[in-house]
Amino acid sequence: MHDLRGHRAYADGAFRWAAAGAAALVLLILGLIFITITSRSLPVFHQMGLSFFTTSRWSPADALFGALAFIWGTAFTALIALAIAVPISLGMALFMTQVAPPVIKKPLVYLTDLLAGVPSVVFGLWGVLVLSQHFGLGRSFLTAGIILAIMIVPIITSLSREVIETTPPGDKEGALALGATRWEMIGAAVLPHSAGGLVGAVMLGLGRAMGETIAAALVIGSALGQLTLSPLAPGNSMPAVIANEWGEADALHKSALIALAVTLFVITIIVNLAATAIVQRSMRKGQGS
Amino acid sequence: MLSEERIETDGRTQRDRSGPKGIIVSPPVASNRPDTPVVFDLADLEVFYGTFRAVRGVTMKIFKNEITAFIGPSGCGKTTVLRSFNRMHDVTPGARVAGGLRYRGAELYAPTVSATEVRRRIGMVFQKPNPFPKSIYDNVAFGPRSSGVSAKADLDVVVEKSLRSAALWDEVKDRLKASALGMSGGQQQRLCIARTIAVGPEVVLMDEPCSALDPIATARIEELMRELKSRFTIVIVTHNMQQAARVSDRTAFFTTEIDPKSDCRTGTLVEYDDTTKIFSNPSDERTENYITGRFG
Amino acid sequence: MIDLAEVTSAQPDLSAKRSWRSVKSTTMTGLMIASVVLVALPLIAVVWAIFGRGVAVAFHGFPDFFIKEIPSVARRAGPGMGPAILGTLMVTGAATLIAVPLGVLGAVYLHEYGVGNRFSRLVRFMATVMTGVPSIVMGLFIYVVWTLHFGYSAFGGSLALACLMLPVVIGATEQMLKLVPNHLREASYALGTSKSRTILTVVLPAALPGIVSGSLLAVARAAGETAPLLFAVGAATEYNPHLFEEANTALSIQIFGNATSSFVAAQDRAWGAALTLVLLTFIITLVARVFTARIASRR
Repeated sequence: MHDLRGHRAYADGAFRWAAAGAAALVLLILGLIFITITSRSLPVFHQMGLSFFTTSRWSPADALFGALAFIWGTAFTALIALAIAVPISLGMALFMTQVAPPVIKKPLVYLTDLLAGVPSVVFGLWGVLVLSQHFGLGRSFLTAGIILAIMIVPIITSLSREVIETTPPGDKEGALALGATRWEMIGAAVLPHSAGGLVGAVMLGLGRAMGETIAAALVIGSALGQLTLSPLAPGNSMPAVIANEWGEADALHKSALIALAVTLFVITIIVNLAATAIVQRSMRKGQGS
Repeated sequence: MLSEERIETDGRTQRDRSGPKGIIVSPPVASNRPDTPVVFDLADLEVFYGTFRAVRGVTMKIFKNEITAFIGPSGCGKTTVLRSFNRMHDVTPGARVAGGLRYRGAELYAPTVSATEVRRRIGMVFQKPNPFPKSIYDNVAFGPRSSGVSAKADLDVVVEKSLRSAALWDEVKDRLKASALGMSGGQQQRLCIARTIAVGPEVVLMDEPCSALDPIATARIEELMRELKSRFTIVIVTHNMQQAARVSDRTAFFTTEIDPKSDCRTGTLVEYDDTTKIFSNPSDERTENYITGRFG
Repeated sequence: MIDLAEVTSAQPDLSAKRSWRSVKSTTMTGLMIASVVLVALPLIAVVWAIFGRGVAVAFHGFPDFFIKEIPSVARRAGPGMGPAILGTLMVTGAATLIAVPLGVLGAVYLHEYGVGNRFSRLVRFMATVMTGVPSIVMGLFIYVVWTLHFGYSAFGGSLALACLMLPVVIGATEQMLKLVPNHLREASYALGTSKSRTILTVVLPAALPGIVSGSLLAVARAAGETAPLLFAVGAATEYNPHLFEEANTALSIQIFGNATSSFVAAQDRAWGAALTLVLLTFIITLVARVFTARIASRR
């Protein structure tokens, strides 16, 4: 009589559990991150309460920590980076999908991949020693914005390309058959279909720009407590402050820096969540039609 | 307005001609009327996709204000030939058109010719209706707007005229701002026809315009074609023989043959004549086999 | 619109008109090309700077730069970056050993066992979100859970990098698993093979080149990370071949530290380290592409 259950059933089940555990690690780590850094940031909230978010005076020596300027700085740098990167990425994505013959398209794909592969610290080094010193741009929101723009162009471009390529060819042919020029065809058939997905791609770029630490830390200027609208002024951002001040911080100071990290974490998670949802929805819509 | 010399007959009173299998045929047209202008003049036209010769040796003339139908089994090249009329092969990488193709005397594939200019004179309606994700009004106004017409009053006139010509005005006049995507398939296709007419072309090409539609919508579009014939030259590709018989003045039958040079199937023109002749007394045996359903 | 005169005349004029429509279209195409140039320029500039300044430093008296220890006095000129190179290799290597098996296992669950169930959808979505977590947040996380208890070490850095790599490996592996045709699995089951054995002996080998390629790309990115290591690894100047003990260093940490130095000597070493890092990343990416090409040629 054969035992159909077999001895290997135990090992088989164990494998399945191990695999499930590995998958669950993602949720575990994300949850742990949130819990541990939030709890470590509590001391500064005891000290400052919610004024941590609403004041801009940051003075570790006086145990005063107001993060407003840094929150603004993160947003401001990211906006500058987007203002530079979005038109360029969009232009490049449209060029690669609508204009370039295959001979040119392939090298361009390599170009974007190469750009994406340069480590951010190398961009930071170049930014500090070349852009900032050699070309005299100095350290400011603008310099940081430029470096960040260079870094997020690859991701916005490749995602935009994917979205644009889901445009139904029938729509494009319809526009061309009406005697539309290439740009008119893009405006009538490509952009309306891709609009949602492009927004998502831009938001993913935004998320990356906000979280980028090293390059920003090196060129942003490390100013303290300034809420300014001038892009040429030296500034600061949450990740930059954390990286630059960590080395010599005491316990309370460290807790304040960790609180900044929590803030950054929450903001980038929200932006990324929204962006991923938007892009996925747009791709599904594109394939359904 | 161009004068009309042909005999207008109500398309519905058709006599049952004695074609094989009792196929209903439209009223006869005098063949080779010497005064009808030639719109397209094809001389040994060939189309290649890369090194593959998809269509070879097509020589024919398309005449003004007629409906010409291309019929034949699938893969015979009828759509390929149609798309060469409005330079749509330009968008397919690797596609190449060889031979002579004149539009009212001008060589369509001359190096100085702009494809955009060609398409403003030779419009196309596709198999699957493809309105833009815009309002009905904006769809029809697309062509005139691109040409520079911006005054609302002028646009309103063009939109209404085009929609009337496409027999769609009465159905949509109260909801011009509604999205075009909310219409039925038949309505969308008539919208695409209206949109094409609004550009003001001379020729309207139709690539199996009814294959995605139900019989009632199909009948309405066939009726529309007969009305439009007086203002436009129409070339239609159809896999439905009866439709060709009902609607067209002339019919061209294409088929595939093994290309002696490459061992692939290449499309070729078999016979081109008055529709009545094709369907009642075809000259070529292959045509007769197709008409009587022995193959294809 | 066509005017009547042309309709009745003999030949139509089909040449391209110099209208504002065509001008606009050409201008837009020009702008698109300008975008491409603007993308190429910084890449060229950065590569030029790295090679221009880095080659002289890194290959002067070869192989000194790659072997000698880091001068503890920043002002002093001369090589090298040996400890940093070893550090990068150790930290990244250990991270790979942690992240790749776990990531592949996780993807196996998502695609082979739990396709479509809510848990899998949640994990998949969260993995995408996780790729967007700022690396500095990951660094602080490891600081709190590891460095505070165990001090600086190369392993702490490995943990941080592994967390960054995990979602990327999961995503790439799942894509490769999707490409393995189902009839292979069915053939194995039909022979009475268990599911786990099928996965290990049939599915994973079939997906292997793609998994390797995707993982290598994740490794290349991890090798360049700085922020997570700042909080876990430290910035030693001597060789430290021990994974678990004592502060260590890495190329990215050194570049960051030296970039802000006012001493030219330190800056020079930063360029040399940057060149080394870029070459390392480039080699890894190249190997990854070789594997991708192998998959393509198999089809």
